[in-house]
Amino acid sequence: MEESNYPMIELIDVTVSAGKFQLTNINLSIPDNQYGILLGRTGSGKTTIMETICGLKKTTKGTILIDGQDITQLKPAERGVGFVPQDGALFDQFNVFDNLAFSLKIRKWKKSEINERVCELAELLGIESLLNRNTTNLSGGEKQRVSLGRALAFFPSVLCFDEPLSALDEETHDDMCHLLKNAQQYSNASVLHISHNPKEHQRLADLTFEIKDGNVIQYQPEELILKDQKI
Amino acid sequence: MNKNNYPSASLPYKIKGDKLFFTIMLSLCGIYIFLLIGMVLADFRFIDIKSIKNFFNDPNIISSLKLSIASCSITTVLCLWVAIPIGYILSRYEFRGKSILDSILDIPIMLPPLVIGICLLFFFSSPFVKYFEEIFINIFKGSFIANWFGWEPQYWTFNPAFTKLSVIIAQFMVACAFAVRIMKSTFDEMNPRKEEVALTLGCSKGQSFWLVALPNAKRGIITAATLAWARSLGEFGPILIFAGTTRMKTEVLSTSVYLEFSVGNIAMATTISMAMIMTAIFINIIMRQFGGIKLSHD
Repeated sequence: MEESNYPMIELIDVTVSAGKFQLTNINLSIPDNQYGILLGRTGSGKTTIMETICGLKKTTKGTILIDGQDITQLKPAERGVGFVPQDGALFDQFNVFDNLAFSLKIRKWKKSEINERVCELAELLGIESLLNRNTTNLSGGEKQRVSLGRALAFFPSVLCFDEPLSALDEETHDDMCHLLKNAQQYSNASVLHISHNPKEHQRLADLTFEIKDGNVIQYQPEELILKDQKI
Repeated sequence: MNKNNYPSASLPYKIKGDKLFFTIMLSLCGIYIFLLIGMVLADFRFIDIKSIKNFFNDPNIISSLKLSIASCSITTVLCLWVAIPIGYILSRYEFRGKSILDSILDIPIMLPPLVIGICLLFFFSSPFVKYFEEIFINIFKGSFIANWFGWEPQYWTFNPAFTKLSVIIAQFMVACAFAVRIMKSTFDEMNPRKEEVALTLGCSKGQSFWLVALPNAKRGIITAATLAWARSLGEFGPILIFAGTTRMKTEVLSTSVYLEFSVGNIAMATTISMAMIMTAIFINIIMRQFGGIKLSHD
């Protein structure tokens, strides 16, 4: 995929409210095929920004562009954003195969194409042996793999990860970091990943942002080295 | 900061046994369970083989049993049909007047059942309903459809009082309020994240409700159905006022007990009561098996 001239994800002066909490005039830009990490304290509004990009929260002002197209008024289903929440949020009434195939069945893909796509994803994520398993019996790492696969299935141009690694043990965390980067490169998608963990932005980030006092700041690499030394 | 400055810190720390706690808790449970079992067993004093035979041979009682089971089942389906969307909307959306709507939905729970019967009777005989009845009749009177089917719209009425339909309406008005409460708390307890993820995966709101929210609410739906069925079976006041107790027509088990008791037929009244208990237990077991769940809404 060739790089576009314009950023893949762009928030221009976006204002969004969530109850009494409000973020005003947020600006953020992630170029095509780049992995952006958004840092910030608990309650600073990271998830609100992500939900706004996904269309789960309505903006009161501003514009959201994806691949140059204004998606501010589009429904979540029409935005082409793959979302991986913190707990995976798998559909427990379906097995792993049906979770991976969910978005494809909704889009009325042919059965043969669904089978092919699910097998491809299962191979990429190393979950071939889990396809017939019930999701309630999966480990934390397995659940996140399935959740990632489900988000990748319909070829989204943007992926949003909301602290997908926060509940994993050290070893699984490292494996998943590797997998997330692989998945991004495989899908050619731009990523916005919310994290608390400095290790994650060191390993994954092409770009690092921090939300501080209601503003999104983009760090330059040399600033990040200083910041990590402080941590 | 020295530990020796605090004499209490040097005292050995011991807690009292948990026996007292369990004794109090079990005593309170025991009193209620004793009353519950005692009041059921006490009925057996009045039941004999003759009354059981009469129960199965009496066409009035069999008709009452059939109407009870049919009306409770229809009411349960209607309750779920209404309670699921109301519970979902109340749980998932914020809108102006939500708290007022919430309070209105609790009216059948707060009102004495007899009053609900009176209200239903007055509502269906009100000029408001009569007005719509007249409009409806005028639409069909002399129409091609009415002539084709041989209908006589001038005899149609919107007032279902003292018919089988009135039994269902009376049961529905009370049972639905309980089903709505169960469904709202079911959706409240469910994290909306899964439905939101479904939206990002390509679902419309309707698809996310059908494919994600509803299957996840299975336990709550079965609990609401069980409660609605049991509540309908035990309904008496509104049925007595709104449907009457016409034998072979609007008589249900709860009104049968009243009729038999009022003429001094204690044996038959207690036999019918036991039949109601057995029916309720049977339905509960079926519901549990069907849903593979505990009956309690946990």
